[in-house]
Amino acid sequence: MIDLQVILNGVVLGGLYACVAVGFSLVWGVLNVINLLHGSLIVLGAYLAYLAFTALGLHPFLSLPLVATLLLAFGYLLQRHVLNHVMTEPVLVTLVLTFGLDLLLYNALVLGFTATPRRIVLDLGRIEIADVVLPVDRLAAMLLALALTGLLYCLLRGSRLGRAIVAVRMDRDAAILMGIRPRDVYAVTFGIGALMAGAAGCLIAVVFPFSPGLAETLLGKSFVVCVLGGLGTVPGALAGGLALGLIESVFGVWLGPQNASIIAFAVLLLVLLVRPAGLVGRAGFE
Amino acid sequence: MTAILEVEGISRSFGGVRAVDGVTLQLLPGEIVGLIGPNGAGKTTLVNLMTGVLRPSSGVVRFSGRDVTRQKPHQASQRGIARTFQIVQPFPEMTVLENVAAGALFAAKAPTIAAAKAQARRHIDFAGLGALAEQRASALTLPDRKRLELAKSIAMNPRVLLLDEVNAGLNSGEIDSALDLIRRISAQGVTILIIEHLMKVVFSLSHRILVLHHGALISEGTPDAVARDERVIEAYLGTRFAERQRRTGHG
Amino acid sequence: MMDRMPARDRIGFILVGLGAIAFALTPWIGGNYLVRFTTSTCLFITMALSWNFIGGYARYPSFATAAFFGLGAYAGAIAQTRGLAMPGAWLFAAVFTAIFAASLGSVILRLRGHYFAVGSFAIVEILRLGASSWHGLTGGGSGLNVPILPGGPDFASRVFLYSMLALALVTFAAAIWVDRSSLGFGLRCIRQNESAASMLGIDVDRLKIIAFVFSATFVGAGGAIYASWVSYIDPTDSFQILLTIKVPVMVLLGGAGTLFGPLIGVLAFQVLEERIWSSFLEIHSGVLGLVIVVLVFCLPGGLLAVPYRDMFGRLSFLRRETVP
Repeated sequence: MIDLQVILNGVVLGGLYACVAVGFSLVWGVLNVINLLHGSLIVLGAYLAYLAFTALGLHPFLSLPLVATLLLAFGYLLQRHVLNHVMTEPVLVTLVLTFGLDLLLYNALVLGFTATPRRIVLDLGRIEIADVVLPVDRLAAMLLALALTGLLYCLLRGSRLGRAIVAVRMDRDAAILMGIRPRDVYAVTFGIGALMAGAAGCLIAVVFPFSPGLAETLLGKSFVVCVLGGLGTVPGALAGGLALGLIESVFGVWLGPQNASIIAFAVLLLVLLVRPAGLVGRAGFE
Repeated sequence: MTAILEVEGISRSFGGVRAVDGVTLQLLPGEIVGLIGPNGAGKTTLVNLMTGVLRPSSGVVRFSGRDVTRQKPHQASQRGIARTFQIVQPFPEMTVLENVAAGALFAAKAPTIAAAKAQARRHIDFAGLGALAEQRASALTLPDRKRLELAKSIAMNPRVLLLDEVNAGLNSGEIDSALDLIRRISAQGVTILIIEHLMKVVFSLSHRILVLHHGALISEGTPDAVARDERVIEAYLGTRFAERQRRTGHG
Repeated sequence: MMDRMPARDRIGFILVGLGAIAFALTPWIGGNYLVRFTTSTCLFITMALSWNFIGGYARYPSFATAAFFGLGAYAGAIAQTRGLAMPGAWLFAAVFTAIFAASLGSVILRLRGHYFAVGSFAIVEILRLGASSWHGLTGGGSGLNVPILPGGPDFASRVFLYSMLALALVTFAAAIWVDRSSLGFGLRCIRQNESAASMLGIDVDRLKIIAFVFSATFVGAGGAIYASWVSYIDPTDSFQILLTIKVPVMVLLGGAGTLFGPLIGVLAFQVLEERIWSSFLEIHSGVLGLVIVVLVFCLPGGLLAVPYRDMFGRLSFLRRETVP
């Protein structure tokens, strides 16, 4: 049978993927916008954490709130003043726009930080239980990822703002009738998406070597998580993230990492065709 | 006389709800049949089942004797079954002429686009939209959009026309014009099934009336007979009202 | 037919004719660089016109262009390495890609909007990763070498220029046919209201698949010609994400769903990119991104749809509708 180490790796990876994708999923589910900037926002967060670490000696888990707040502001302003103007345009237009913005951000990252891979190395040792080895930095990152995702869930469920966001996701017109202004909700939601991306970036910086090129890979993973788990919900992102983490881990060992990616995309396609709502979700927008 | 369009024992459920429940009805050539019933009775679902938009869970749909239960919407149209929508669905970017030509081209199988447009002009004039032929559909008023919807369906050379709430949103004068157009269409030999909420419209127009309630046919007959039918009164106005009617000897 | 054509179209066709002649004369007008630039412009014209069938007329946001291109490139390359002559390999690639598109389309065209976009994009990724893995057939990550055309570089560059030009013209002819035919009419109906189109007698599934196959066949041939041209292909180069996004952007720039829009878009984009590459090497992507952003804001219908006459009176983007 498949050994415990592989499954555990998959679960840890899955937790990280959930955090990586949840912001993307929220934006897609609520604004009906596929935010092609998402990967670059994560990498931006990673670089900011890296800068804080190397220049100020600040531990990434401590700089996380700071980085997240910066990205929240960035995302909010971006949506409010740029993306908001094309919300009524067809799908392709918003995709192309976020693509153009992503090119801008990507270029800025390359210029600012060069393409050299970086990583924040926290020497925290490993945990060994039975036959299973778990690096503590990965474990810590995953736990933090889950905690953040959980916080987001509580926000969406418990706060007025959160409920406004969910309302707009479920039925925009009804929400307007209830006195909610979609324009504000969209801006905040996009901001939250960027915030989660930034937070995920801080965690990624600890776990993987990163460079501007990682943005594309992370975006691809976010796509798969969304389709697998369903759009716009935290449980969806968790389910999708876990599924992807396990697929990659199990098939990676068995067939090699490249083929594992093929499997992941093939599963994405299958899920799209059979159950577009995803494992956990409701049918999203078209 | 064989029915031109008929359904037999047709049913359709959504989740646990039986939207249409074992309905059997026939449309004879040249008739105008009214279909009435309270909101949610399943009228539009029935039309969707007849035109291939929905698959029935059981039962048969027949057109000129042929089993067409599993047809796709475009096949129904090409056979000669046309329908209008409650919420009008024109092609907004196209002109009135192009909208109607689409019907002539694809359903009535006009040989070329030019021929379809020529045919369309006739139908547009018939429907009284001649002056608006080059207008974009998105620029039309609601009554004109309803006319466009009718013109499109005539352009399909239908043998049966299913009209779904064609008068919703129209004022009294506009309704009279619409009725006139429908009568003229019927005079051309088209069999018509009209779904309506306005009793005066349906009663004045129809040869026969069918009443649908909770997905089942509860009454069928001439307008007068249906108006006096207790079950119909009960469905629309409630059991207590019907009870009172009976006791006071009305109807 | 010529005299019933609107004046704008007549001008358009004349310009296309002149352009084709100009392209054909480039070996004598300029040097190698110009010939290469023109050859790749012809390739982009083919791809833009092709994408227009599914993404412009039917408005299904396809990101499958790179999938068809890469598939055609590999099909042609593999056929050539197995001994098939160039033209035969190109034809084989076109047919292979068409069959692939027909099968894929029958499944994936059930999706709409964002889901279709993601699905079509996933195909690119799956094919790229597959080409990387399948060493035996495709050479894997090391790529595939294609026999070089004998006869010297000048001869070769002319062969490929004229091949790409011919392909572009054939694709344009197909585009003219689609635009004027009931296929084009039907696709336009589908674009505006798919269920109403179905009710009017349009076999929506069939038309969408046909449009999808049209969007694939010429691109596949282009990929095969490209493989022969550059003599070496690898997965990352053949299944490029940038390509699969650039092509729709070009069409949007010119005007999607029109006959001449893709042509204008490709020319404008190529010239722009040429200028940007030569002036801003380091911030190349950034400037490209900026251009795209500006395009989306200021040219919602593409260059063709700009009301040039009243453009000087008002700035269109200030009138844009926003969210309440």
